[in-house]
Amino acid sequence: MKYLGITLKRPKVGFFDFTGCEGCQLQIANKEENLKDLFGLVEVVNFREISSERRDDYEIAFIDGCITTDSEVARLKKIREQARILVAMGACACLGGVNNLRSRFHLPDVVKEVYDGHPIDTGPVRKVAEIVPVDIELPGCPISKPEFEWLVRHLILGIKPQFPRYPVCVECKQQLNSCVLDMGMMCLGPVTRAGCNAVCPRNRLGCWGCRGPSEEANLESLMEILKEKGFTEAHIAERMNFFNAFSGILDNDR
Amino acid sequence: MLFKTITKENFKKMVEALLEENEVIGPKSRDRDTEGNKIYRFLKINSFEELEMDYTRSYSSPKNYFLPFKEDLATYHFNDKGWEQEIQYTTHPRVIIGMRACDINALLKLDQVMLKSVYPNPHYFARRRNTLIIGLDHEPLEDCFCRSMNTDTVFHGFDLFLTDIGDRYFVAINSDTAYIILNKFDAGEVTEEDRERFKTVKKQIESKFKTQVDITILPELMDLEFESEVWKKWGDKCLSCGSCAMVCPTCYCYGIEEDTDLSFSKATKRKFLYSCNLLDFAAVAGGHNFRPDAHIRLKYRYYHQFRGFVEAFNQSLCVGCNRCGKACLAGISPKAVIDDLIRTEKLQK
Repeated sequence: MKYLGITLKRPKVGFFDFTGCEGCQLQIANKEENLKDLFGLVEVVNFREISSERRDDYEIAFIDGCITTDSEVARLKKIREQARILVAMGACACLGGVNNLRSRFHLPDVVKEVYDGHPIDTGPVRKVAEIVPVDIELPGCPISKPEFEWLVRHLILGIKPQFPRYPVCVECKQQLNSCVLDMGMMCLGPVTRAGCNAVCPRNRLGCWGCRGPSEEANLESLMEILKEKGFTEAHIAERMNFFNAFSGILDNDR
Repeated sequence: MLFKTITKENFKKMVEALLEENEVIGPKSRDRDTEGNKIYRFLKINSFEELEMDYTRSYSSPKNYFLPFKEDLATYHFNDKGWEQEIQYTTHPRVIIGMRACDINALLKLDQVMLKSVYPNPHYFARRRNTLIIGLDHEPLEDCFCRSMNTDTVFHGFDLFLTDIGDRYFVAINSDTAYIILNKFDAGEVTEEDRERFKTVKKQIESKFKTQVDITILPELMDLEFESEVWKKWGDKCLSCGSCAMVCPTCYCYGIEEDTDLSFSKATKRKFLYSCNLLDFAAVAGGHNFRPDAHIRLKYRYYHQFRGFVEAFNQSLCVGCNRCGKACLAGISPKAVIDDLIRTEKLQK
């Protein structure tokens, strides 16, 4: 493969799932119309959703899911040792994600409720960056396919990807959507990182913050606006904690 | 300027004829706000019935039909020898119905930048020339301050401009194309009665302006109040979300990005509208950000609108539609900010 006369390397890549629904990997696997082009660019050596091949000579590792058990910690550390570039992929890997809702409760109580006392290996919910250094965070729940492909192109060309630093509102206005906050719905779009093309507000659903906070997000101002609109602190806190995107800001409400 | 009248029935026939060969854009409602008011936008219409000529305010301006939020400037096809550049200027003919005087004045301001500068923008030019504009008068809304900005009336920059005088429209004609089209639909000569009705409607419109913004000394005031606390006050509320610039009929700042396709056989140079309120608007290579603070970015947006543009073109960039004020969740509006600046200045005296 050549680009502007330069031969491009076809990097070996591996995809690894931890605690999560594995939906981010499914996003990649189910986009069939250009799967051939995509996998022409990279050599997949480890990706259980599409191949039975299991090799450990990957240069780039994509991590999906959050980290909850000791065995996962050990496995992640081993992947980090092998991978030249480690990508945390999706809200679980980048933020802790929905799984983190569990952290509100006392762990033994949760295990008892869900597994009825059956012994299970589980621990605190942690994002990937809490265990090993992460090179790139690809946000979203699930990840966006065009954004994943965009990232792969950057990785192959060796260019640092610049994710949008601004909030979802920019893309929402560009789609000529009605502002769901004007329509009485809760929305975290003004403080959430863009790049999703405002898919939720476009479908009349307020943003839940799955892509994490936009840079220098003005949470104080949004809190005031939401309260003025009649949303209770508990309601706001529930929304903000859903993906663990704004952790540390609303801890008093937990 | 030529004036004629067209009955609403014939106007419907005209729109239906236009729909056959053109993409027609017009005010259309989707959703309602918490108070039950319709939320309007300029969208593609497929039949006359979809057109809502009694619309009040469109949430976003029709700017994007001339300056799209994203547009491909050029495509590059790679081959063994190098690459070939492909640029597309052709646009499908389009009709926009229902643009307000302020929005047409906004286009005239954009023309100054896009068509009359040293390097005219051919993409904008193509869209501007291929768009038939049918303007529409309206009674000012509570927060319209177009009168202060001298954009409440318009004499050029459109093809037809309609004023509702009951069972018919009083029509100002400003292009040959529009004249020919209009005459196909039994346009009538203006009678004494039409003239009287038109004058009554115009007086009615004039009497309804409520919001005023004093801009007479604004450029100078802005220089004097460069360090004012007013900027900090409003900047602290600012979400840096760029909504103001996106809905604005005149904000034209942009960025450029280049990307390849998945097979690395083709690359695209893409332009995207940006906002000076966004965090990295003034970030440069190496990581330095010239405007890292929200209040400084907010200030510079106002400076461009009310001072910088005046210096360059002897007029403000703002047309007084207050769409930014309406879209801003934090309640930042030109009226509020400018009144605050003027108040500070008076207090100091």
